[in-house]
Amino acid sequence: MGLLENKFQDNVVVASLDKILGWARSTSPWYFQFGLACCAIEMMASAASRHDLERIGMMPRSSPRQADVMIVAGTVTMKMALRVKKLYEQMADPKYVISMGSCATSGGPYWQHGYHVLKGVDLVVPVDVYVPGCPPRPEALIEGLLKLQEKIQTERPLTRKLA
Amino acid sequence: MTFNEIREAISNQFSGSVVQNDELANGQIEINSEHWLEVATFLKTDPKLSFDQLECITGVDTGDDGPLQSHYNLHSMEHRHKVEIIINHDRNDPKVSSIEQIWRIGDWFERETYDMFGIVYEGHRDLRRILCPDDWEGWPLRKDYETQESFHGILVPKIKEEEGWE
Repeated sequence: MGLLENKFQDNVVVASLDKILGWARSTSPWYFQFGLACCAIEMMASAASRHDLERIGMMPRSSPRQADVMIVAGTVTMKMALRVKKLYEQMADPKYVISMGSCATSGGPYWQHGYHVLKGVDLVVPVDVYVPGCPPRPEALIEGLLKLQEKIQTERPLTRKLA
Repeated sequence: MTFNEIREAISNQFSGSVVQNDELANGQIEINSEHWLEVATFLKTDPKLSFDQLECITGVDTGDDGPLQSHYNLHSMEHRHKVEIIINHDRNDPKVSSIEQIWRIGDWFERETYDMFGIVYEGHRDLRRILCPDDWEGWPLRKDYETQESFHGILVPKIKEEEGWE
């Protein structure tokens, strides 16, 4: 913003609209509150007072219509896979998915013999960030969420894409 | 009552209902599946037996061409005695009378055993799968179970013991 910088009073900040939008969106990605297995306990611990997800702007929402991020926390069974897909489709764009833990990423301990377990939630919905662990500690989940925030920040929703 | 007295009581009441089987452990009684409904009613209502609690129903696949089995764990709160009833089923046509209306908890137990082993409990008022999706194919806990190819367009990977992914 070379030309416009320092031309206004001190309380005026000049930035591109894309960057402001990116900043606003990345610092308040509300997540969809649902858990499938033990990873959900760690997700709850992340949201509770000790780790406090709200300090990075994350807030649980109970409806997919109000959520930006879906944290797939736990084992996705075949039966649940159809529902996870439906919930993802109900979320409004732009939407993001975090695959939390081994089970959601690859089937985890059910990799070989679990006839009923989906081998990775990326088979039904596109995943933005994978968080490894079984289950991941809250610090790991927060790291994943910060990575997601970085990703959102680099997006340029208003810039016309080259064909 | 001791285990032998319980066994006596059943075989005296219904002749031919108790199957002789030396392989059974202490505490297990094998019952002929034709007699099961009346034996169950007797176990519940007889004041000396008074089995008022059905603790569990589980299925067992004895493998190869062996029979499928239903195991019923019964307990009497009043007399503090226990017994395990075993019923053999024909592998190709496994069915037995439902005891869902004798012990109400049997409703979900029978649905679970039906879901996992395909044992049909005749007379059950709502015999649907309880854990697997309604349109799942096959009976997962049978030893000859083979996973289906795909489920609603999602590939169900078949995995062999040594070779890994197929």
